[in-house]
Amino acid sequence: MVSELLKLTGHLAILLLIPPIFLGIIAKTKAFFAGRKGPPLLQVYYDLFKLFCKGGVDSRSASFMIRLAPGIVLSTLLMAGLLLPLLYEAPIHFRGDLILFAYLLALGRFFTILAALDVGSSFEGMGASREAAFSAFSELAFFMALVTLAVMTQSTSLSHIFQWGNTHPTFHPAVVLLFISFFLILLTENSRMPIDDPNTHLELTMIHEVMILDYSGPDLGLILYGATLKLFLFMALTASLLWPPTGLFGFQEIGYLLAKVAGIAVVIGVVESVKSRLRLSKIPQLLVANLVITTLALLITVLGGPI
Amino acid sequence: MRILALLIIPVLLGILSLLSRAETRRKFRRFVLSITAFLHLMLTASFHFFPVAQEKQGFFSLDPLGLLFLSVTSLLFLLVSLYAWGYFHHERKVVKEGVSHLFTPCMLFFLTAMTLTSVTHHLGVLWVAIEGTTLASAPLIYYHHHEKALEATWKYLLICSVGIALALLGLFFVAAASGGHGSDLNVTSLMSHGKILEPRWLRVGFILVLVGFGTKMGLAPMHAWLPDAHSEAPSPVSALLSGALLNCAFLGILRFYQVCLAANLGHFMSRLFILFGLLSLFIAAAFIIKQRDYKRMLAYSSVEHMGILALGIGVGSGFGGLLHVVNHSLAKALLFLTAGQILIAYRTKMTSEVHGLLRKLPLTGVLLGLGIPCYFGIASPGPLYQRIFNLQRWVILGSCHLHGSLSPGPGGCFCRHVTHCPWDDSGGRS
Amino acid sequence: MDWLLIGIILSAFFLLGFSRLSSCIYIVALQGAMLSALPLLAKGSFQELHIVLMSLGTFAIKAVAMPFLLTRSIREASIRQEVEPIVSLHLSLFAGGGIAVLAFSSIKALPPALPPFSPMAVPVALTVVLIGFFLLVSRTKAITQVIGFLVLENGVFLFGMNLVGDFPAIVEMGVLLDLLVGIFVMGIMIYHINRTFDHIDTRVLTALQESEEETE
Repeated sequence: MVSELLKLTGHLAILLLIPPIFLGIIAKTKAFFAGRKGPPLLQVYYDLFKLFCKGGVDSRSASFMIRLAPGIVLSTLLMAGLLLPLLYEAPIHFRGDLILFAYLLALGRFFTILAALDVGSSFEGMGASREAAFSAFSELAFFMALVTLAVMTQSTSLSHIFQWGNTHPTFHPAVVLLFISFFLILLTENSRMPIDDPNTHLELTMIHEVMILDYSGPDLGLILYGATLKLFLFMALTASLLWPPTGLFGFQEIGYLLAKVAGIAVVIGVVESVKSRLRLSKIPQLLVANLVITTLALLITVLGGPI
Repeated sequence: MRILALLIIPVLLGILSLLSRAETRRKFRRFVLSITAFLHLMLTASFHFFPVAQEKQGFFSLDPLGLLFLSVTSLLFLLVSLYAWGYFHHERKVVKEGVSHLFTPCMLFFLTAMTLTSVTHHLGVLWVAIEGTTLASAPLIYYHHHEKALEATWKYLLICSVGIALALLGLFFVAAASGGHGSDLNVTSLMSHGKILEPRWLRVGFILVLVGFGTKMGLAPMHAWLPDAHSEAPSPVSALLSGALLNCAFLGILRFYQVCLAANLGHFMSRLFILFGLLSLFIAAAFIIKQRDYKRMLAYSSVEHMGILALGIGVGSGFGGLLHVVNHSLAKALLFLTAGQILIAYRTKMTSEVHGLLRKLPLTGVLLGLGIPCYFGIASPGPLYQRIFNLQRWVILGSCHLHGSLSPGPGGCFCRHVTHCPWDDSGGRS
Repeated sequence: MDWLLIGIILSAFFLLGFSRLSSCIYIVALQGAMLSALPLLAKGSFQELHIVLMSLGTFAIKAVAMPFLLTRSIREASIRQEVEPIVSLHLSLFAGGGIAVLAFSSIKALPPALPPFSPMAVPVALTVVLIGFFLLVSRTKAITQVIGFLVLENGVFLFGMNLVGDFPAIVEMGVLLDLLVGIFVMGIMIYHINRTFDHIDTRVLTALQESEEETE
């Protein structure tokens, strides 16, 4: 009983405290490639602290939705985080929870879009429409990838899927294809570089940043925190594909988790440094290509049977 | 040995003529062409008198079927090579451009490839040979170097290459069907293992081959390249394409058909042949009626006759079909050659502008008059019709008759137009 | 083994999605190289001279000679780099996915691959053949049609490798040589098309149609 409580606390602590640091790792990697010193690793924590200390100002044209949205987004993400196994089984797990996981993420996006439309600015509406259009592609691929995992392991619970133990087929072609697919989904969902540039705020081409222009103070802090959390969830999910959780609980395992997620963060940083942003019209093509890759993984899995 | 000579002589002389590419050597190249054709015909004739023993293994072997096709090809090639002397001499007065130095080598390589088709029993070599005919004949179609010739050549190359790629796929399926028995892909050994061939893959393989080589042969839905290539190529080449090349593709299909017959799939094959045959007949008939370009008209008639061949095999009249092969090849080549004469004399391909042929070119006119009846096949489909009649396949018989009454129409008009007009013409003038 | 097959199928997908001609040619070359490595890997030995020779021949022709010829004809005809598809690239990719699903789901209807090859090889071959067809009909430039034809051929070859144990070496060489000459002739034709029409869009090749005669 005590150990269950300990595990739950550990899971929550990781979810709540760790995520912002990975944004710092990405920034450091990019700075390294650009030959700069870059912001300190903990910069995001300072930003969050600063934002939470401020007061908030809401747009006059906005309704209650804009105040509601950050909370909902953050809570859906936390909920999803409870479904994802990080070290051991997730605190909440049942048959079919991977569908809930996907839908919670979708719900968060839905409210972000709704809040962006709520402000009534044409600029934000544009961002919302792009977000909706691109996520239509990436969500399809995401579901397909989850289905592939389910077929591969004959299980529909995330906690069971990632308990591959000794039989983990790390370099099975389908798994690697899925890894590629998840990585591209990660970039899309978190508005990273080849899809969207997280650093610009004044261009007509951006997607995610344009939707949150009207937030300020603690609300912006929640959004920013939510973004880091979402990034962390996706990185953990992606990393678990090739390096599954060990199923033990201890400081060594936490170190393992942090190391693999940090590895993914470094890869993202490298990708962002060497790739330029894609033309907007090219993005759907990349996403469709990703969908096709996922389909291929599914086909191979179905053909090869459960692993 | 003689078979090898049959293959090597044209290749060597072709390389020789390729080396002497100067414009002044034109006569020499024509001479080489005719000599080779003559030698080839002599060698081929020798097989009629001194047959070779058939081998069960190996790549080359000449059976009566192959010999028939080889003889037709060889005879036509000699005719065309003689005709080319006069044709290009006259044509050079009219058309200036043309890649004359490639003509002879390509013709000779073309001959080699066609010979190889007839003398091999190995399905793989057969495939290589048929693809070889495509490659060797493409520069011949592009002889005139103008836009239309370019378009015709491109269509020919691409459509035929894709068709032949499908045939290769079919070949692999047939090989898979044999499952190791007769993996040397020799027709004879495959036939001797006929009973143990896996019928499913054989069926798929045969459909692919029929579609693939059917493209080359000009069967209806895949015939798109045929009218263009035949109308844009110089007339001697058109004559060879129609009279010999289409036969080679047909022979390719027949070889696979033999294997399928041995595997007791005859019924299934017959239906396919009848389907493609009837389709070719009707499509060709429909296009011939509106046709105003006489070379294209002849080309569509080739499509139609290929349909008749397929139909002949489909209803099981092997004799009728093969008789028709010979008949069609000779008659159609003759017609294309006379069409070449008309083209040089009138400088147009439009039927409506050809008047007073009997006065202008009496001999050509008479030949054309003689050719037209052969062309609409009075004689040779006879055994074929009889066979259909015996089989009591009334639907097919009816459609053939319908077709028979349709297709001579425009041909008859053409004939009347070019032969009767002289008298109208002179009457008007006097 | 499986990796190579997946590489081959992925390269076919990339061809559907890439818009630069030169990268398409590199991918075809890569596909040819993977194809040539397949029999060596499947047999797992360098002992049999026949197989080594075949691999080398395939590599020389499919991965070196043909791409070289194509690149040359691009350079000589100074063709613009865009692919110019009739169907948009997104839709082509979707179609590619659909083709893969179709091919993999019809695996029961196809002959099984011979033992050293994995059962995946046959549906992969079918997918590549069909994608080749799709490329052929959905692209307007002459050179992209040639690329489609090459992909089709690669697929047919893959079929051949899986289904036929020992094809006589001479015949196989003949097949390869025929292909090479075919591509060579096509390259020359591309050059001529470019010179005659100023570009290699095959949509201009419409002078020879039935409708044209009827209007005359």
